[in-house]
Amino acid sequence: MAFTLKINGTPHKVDVDGDTPLLWVLRDVLGMTGTKFGCGQALCGACTVHLDGQPVRSCQTPVDSVGDSVITTIEAIGKTPQGAALQKAWLELEVVQCGYCQSGQMMSAAALLKGTPKPTDDDIDTAMSGNVCRCGTYHRIRAAIKHAAGV
Amino acid sequence: MDELILREQIVDETAMSRRAFLQGTGLLLGFALTGASTESVFAAPASQVVENEVTGTFAPNGFIRINPTGAVTLVIPMIEMGQGVYTSLSMLLAEELEVKLDQIQLQHAPPNHALYVNSIIGIQNTGGSASVRAFWTPLRQAGAVGRNLLIAAAAKRWNVDPATCRAKDGVVFDASGSKHLSYGELAKAAAKLPVPPAANVKLKDPKDFTLIGTRAKRVDSAIKVDGRALYGIDTRLPGMKVAAVAISPVLGGKAKTVDEKAALAVKRVRQVVNIDEVVAVVADHMGAAKKGLEAAAITWDDGPNGKVSNADIVKQLEEESKKPGVVARNVGDVGKALAGAAQRVDAIYQVPFLAHAAMEPMNCTVHLQKDRCDIWVGTQAPTITQSQVAELTGLPKDAIKIHNHLIGGGFGRRLEADGTILAVKIAKHVDGPVKVIWSREEDIQHDMYRPYYLDRLSAGLDAAGKPVAWTHRIAGSSVMARYYPPYFKDGLDPDAVEAAAEPPYALPNIHVDYVRVEPPGVRTSWWRGVGPTHNVFVVESFIDELAHAAKQDPVAYRKGLLGHNPRALAVLSLAAEKAGWGSPLPARHGRGISVQFAYGSYTSQVAEVEVAADGSVKVKRIVCAIDCGMYVNPDTIEAQVQGGTLFGLTAALHGSITFKDGRVEQSNFDTYLPMRIDEVPVVETHLIKNAEAPGGVGEAPTAIVSAAVTNAIFAATGKRLRSLPIDTNSLKSSS
Repeated sequence: MAFTLKINGTPHKVDVDGDTPLLWVLRDVLGMTGTKFGCGQALCGACTVHLDGQPVRSCQTPVDSVGDSVITTIEAIGKTPQGAALQKAWLELEVVQCGYCQSGQMMSAAALLKGTPKPTDDDIDTAMSGNVCRCGTYHRIRAAIKHAAGV
Repeated sequence: MDELILREQIVDETAMSRRAFLQGTGLLLGFALTGASTESVFAAPASQVVENEVTGTFAPNGFIRINPTGAVTLVIPMIEMGQGVYTSLSMLLAEELEVKLDQIQLQHAPPNHALYVNSIIGIQNTGGSASVRAFWTPLRQAGAVGRNLLIAAAAKRWNVDPATCRAKDGVVFDASGSKHLSYGELAKAAAKLPVPPAANVKLKDPKDFTLIGTRAKRVDSAIKVDGRALYGIDTRLPGMKVAAVAISPVLGGKAKTVDEKAALAVKRVRQVVNIDEVVAVVADHMGAAKKGLEAAAITWDDGPNGKVSNADIVKQLEEESKKPGVVARNVGDVGKALAGAAQRVDAIYQVPFLAHAAMEPMNCTVHLQKDRCDIWVGTQAPTITQSQVAELTGLPKDAIKIHNHLIGGGFGRRLEADGTILAVKIAKHVDGPVKVIWSREEDIQHDMYRPYYLDRLSAGLDAAGKPVAWTHRIAGSSVMARYYPPYFKDGLDPDAVEAAAEPPYALPNIHVDYVRVEPPGVRTSWWRGVGPTHNVFVVESFIDELAHAAKQDPVAYRKGLLGHNPRALAVLSLAAEKAGWGSPLPARHGRGISVQFAYGSYTSQVAEVEVAADGSVKVKRIVCAIDCGMYVNPDTIEAQVQGGTLFGLTAALHGSITFKDGRVEQSNFDTYLPMRIDEVPVVETHLIKNAEAPGGVGEAPTAIVSAAVTNAIFAATGKRLRSLPIDTNSLKSSS
């Protein structure tokens, strides 16, 4: 089936089965490899993208459920004020280690800051506990979110 | 240059020689690891293939490439998997080469034992917290050789004494500072000069370091915050297919029935490869491949290991560990000392199988052709991988091209070539390049696990409570015997007894032995922290038991046994002081301490925990003191202490792989639990500065944390935990 997806401001036509997870459409069909595969079961958050500004796990998002929603991925999150502030904070606080989970971390964090510009620790726990980092960069993720938010 | 671009270099090993480079015969295929492209998977990203005929490149050794355009490229011998090695090793080179970190590009080193061997491990492997230790001198020497030659080239052009010139930020200046030439301008001339032996160059006095020891920014951060960083799993090639795999759930089993027709009926599925131990569904994209694999409805013939269970594995260890092992250390007369002791303490400790569960699932892309085999993968062991693929394909080693990648978490998993071997076996049946990706379930259920160990200990205390006898028997799988047979001598596995054979304490009579027990149906391997991750938990728990038996404070007791060991004593004292050891805590709160010498570094941690009435454990704070000698980047060390501690703590709280009917019972992050952000304790790092030889850091906090936590739980509850993971059921309040 043919779908037209609005990704980072550009329409993309793809021809895949409707139940194909958005993750693999992004990565394999469109070659946008910044969004990562981690678990396939919405347990780790590595594949987080935004649909109309809301964070979703693209590994569990069938492409036929996307419809006209606007998709934003890590490749373009820097164009949003929250994404830009987070990228800057991530660099200033040296958050990354292996870096593999960080696309998803930043997408979750950007959605958090959009809805809650001045998050508390509890807000951060709630918004970020779906994103796993095996390197253990959590201290710096928390600090960087606060740094970006100016709290 | 405002950002780092990591480039992948594909060079025949023979072309790695200096002459080949100078003569311009070294063909570089630069794979610019830049932004995501929006072309379809069937076309190469426009940025990908850039042929670059190199002439006049200054390449005085395996690590430095400066071409006439001024591009400074460092070839990094160890692979980056989060530990910060691309930054720390670049700092070592840049310090002596006199370039700024933001002036450099990096390349992953190809497999080449002669150029890139890790001298501590003896192989071109990234592991054992050995990268900085192994390359501390060679990379500074390489940088100094490069700087000297560039200065010599400038001095020759100016007809002045090289000793009057100096280099800074990639530019050579004359004595007055009025004349200057960039490294790029000098590359061609420097390339023609004879290269002095590395050992002959004078290195900077550490007091003159301007980069080493500073909180320099990581070189790989920028590409990791906007999706540009490319891991092995991100490989895209013209005509590439992707494959989803189902590996026999029981080791040694094979596929019994496969509905290939149903799999092939799925849109964009191209092929089913059934090679018994694994079934691969090959498709245009992973969505189709996974759907096809599901449709294949595979049933399995379990083979000989279909009845393997944890209970049987533990029973085997219990039995075998009753027999004497191969002696790792024997000092004094333990039997006599034990018999004459005023008090005796005996204990059995157990630690579970552990999976690595790195965030990037196992994957490998292979293009097997008649006369060559190209491998795109993130590997900690490029030369081993190359050799194993050569053996499998029958091709000569230099026909096996390993294109290494950033690794999305290694933790030891990528020291093994099994994922690559599996992909090559599949690629033998596929026309063109194929990327094989394991699901998370396959990744967890077909890992090569940290061995299950069972330890028996006995100690005798004198009337004053001092340990006059110490025996420790370790029983478990030998990773070393399989992986590095030459290091497995006379039945002794030096890794299995590391940090147990030589505890930091004064022990006048000590006997440590090892019993090799290989569990059936289980593959074992290296896991972050290797031997000490198991042994430090055991030794530091048992010494805590002895302190309790002696009715002494755990810190004071250890101090009394560390008089001969000033660096261990110093980290212990620092951790205790910073943690406020001895200050009062509420009920069911406790502090525990541990100390270790491993990877060339001294580490001590104090954990503070709260145990709720229902037995649940909250680790509130970890204070870590570390003495790793001369250090390269204190910010990286802090990051490793934070992350390494959480890695070990995750295992202590949640980590256990178990077998039933030959199958691993855990499958994804809902059953093999990772730590999440809401569970993270405060982690403090206190770094001791001195001029001792550099020590490793990446694994030290992982190995030490479990004992600090279980000792804290003992302080909080009086309950001694002798096995991991922590059993919260056993910690319920009886009141």
